[in-house]
Amino acid sequence: MNRKTIGFILVALALLALPLVLTQVGTAWVRIANLAILFVFLSLGLNIVVGMAGLLDLGYIAFYAVGAYVWALLASPHFGLHLPFWVILPVGALCACVAGAVLGAPTLRLRGDYLAIVTLGFGEIVRIFMNNLSAPFNITNGPKGITRIDGFSVGGLDFRATDTFLGIDFTGPAKYYYVLLLLLLGVIIVNLRLQKSRIGRAWVAIREDEVAAKAAGINTRNVKLLAFAMGASFGGIAGGMFAAMQGFVSPESFILHESIMVLAMVVLGGMGNVWGVIAGALLLSFVPEFLRYTVEPVQKALFGHLLVEPEVLRMLIFGAALVLTMRFRPAGLWPEARHQKEMGEMKEADA
Amino acid sequence: MARALIEALNLEVHYGGITAVKGISFAVEEGELVCLIGANGAGKTSTLKALARMIPSSGEIHYRDDRLDRLPSHALIGKGLALVPEGRGIFTRLTVAENLAMGAYHRNDKGEIGADLERIYAMLPRLAERRDQVAGTLSGGEQQMLAIGRALMGRPQLLLLDEPSMGLAPLMVDKIFEVIRTVAAQGVTILLVEQNARLALQTCTRGYVMESGRITLADTSAHLLADPRVRAAYLGE
Repeated sequence: MNRKTIGFILVALALLALPLVLTQVGTAWVRIANLAILFVFLSLGLNIVVGMAGLLDLGYIAFYAVGAYVWALLASPHFGLHLPFWVILPVGALCACVAGAVLGAPTLRLRGDYLAIVTLGFGEIVRIFMNNLSAPFNITNGPKGITRIDGFSVGGLDFRATDTFLGIDFTGPAKYYYVLLLLLLGVIIVNLRLQKSRIGRAWVAIREDEVAAKAAGINTRNVKLLAFAMGASFGGIAGGMFAAMQGFVSPESFILHESIMVLAMVVLGGMGNVWGVIAGALLLSFVPEFLRYTVEPVQKALFGHLLVEPEVLRMLIFGAALVLTMRFRPAGLWPEARHQKEMGEMKEADA
Repeated sequence: MARALIEALNLEVHYGGITAVKGISFAVEEGELVCLIGANGAGKTSTLKALARMIPSSGEIHYRDDRLDRLPSHALIGKGLALVPEGRGIFTRLTVAENLAMGAYHRNDKGEIGADLERIYAMLPRLAERRDQVAGTLSGGEQQMLAIGRALMGRPQLLLLDEPSMGLAPLMVDKIFEVIRTVAAQGVTILLVEQNARLALQTCTRGYVMESGRITLADTSAHLLADPRVRAAYLGE
């Protein structure tokens, strides 16, 4: 066995053991890990649009919302439907995919700032629709959201209850973690393949120069639509799992702040590089939570009492960390290889 | 007379209310090296972009048995027509090799692509030396060579070159034109848009002179070089 295989097995074992360890610290941490994985899905989806195809999308969370609402409507007492996950997840991905194409079609000629404004508007439209589609026909139940959503279940196995296998207790969140991990594996493989594929090269070409891409024989219209649609479908899957895990969805989960957060994960991690984006998503998911649990005790230990409101300080530190990272790693923590190369060569040229 | 390789009839290009190209007609025969010269804003680049279907136009464009004005831009390379856009349009964050590979995007004859790549490296050794370098870090002249090399990777029969000398040092301009002559000698038909009228006419066999959206003169290069109007307006004499 070579070192790579050993490393791979070690990482796999660590990932498998993680929820059991986190459960000891607190089930909340397993939930945080699950949300972090959902953000990895979202970031990888957005990376296709922003990182590979270079289309700045500020309304990406809309596709997450579509996925979540599809699950909520097809598996809750709201419409009395209780479809199994293997129907809902593909339907959710497909709906998000269509939503992606619907967003993509009118924006084909737009780039950069202009595209960002339109996508921002699109994200808001979707959220406002969810907020208001309660009359005359009650589809989304408006701002109250949809409650008592079915969880994920396979056969008779309910993913909300605690089960005991081989003498080990697996809580609901821990079981979700394993489902998400399996999905994540699939999502990563798809993304790695896309990055190296013909279509991935076409995305990079339109990001770099659209006229030259056309001259090279790339149907830029279809390729862009495909980027929007494929990126959106990952958001749809993440949304479905989100609804299943929370058991409750409402429009306020899908605000602009969430879109910006996902974009920050992509940019901070390293646009265009699958591993960088994953690192960015994990970091930006865990750091705020970590600060949530440490800011208060640290202040008490240092000063004996609370000097600054923990919530304020938490976001302040988080913001400062973002600024510093981008100052010292402008291409992201783990940039696309070619991006890194270019920055390095430019430095040489300066010298 | 044999049918021209490409022929434009009554080509018009509008930008909003402005007519940049006002119903021009011209043709390029197979194997020719023809230039389109004229001042800034005469409509040269618009003409070329219209031929390559990058901008909407009216009028007919015949290319072999096809009507280009009915085809989308991305279909042209498959028909043997390649554009080297103004300002080069290279993929700055891809390497030289990746840029060249993109030129063969529409092809699926892998072995042949590899052979073509080596052929282009042999013709443009500067690119071979820098094959793993990110294209954005090349000099302007090298980028222009790369843009031409990438177009050649599509095995074009007709090459549309838009201002290849733009922004380049005189020594580099000479090198680029040397490359253009080499490509033409290999049998590729070339339509060249160029502001450097003297060099363009010295390189090409025939030329068209454009003035505010119309073709005002069409003749052999030798005649155009001797024409007092051309000499006064474009050769600075």
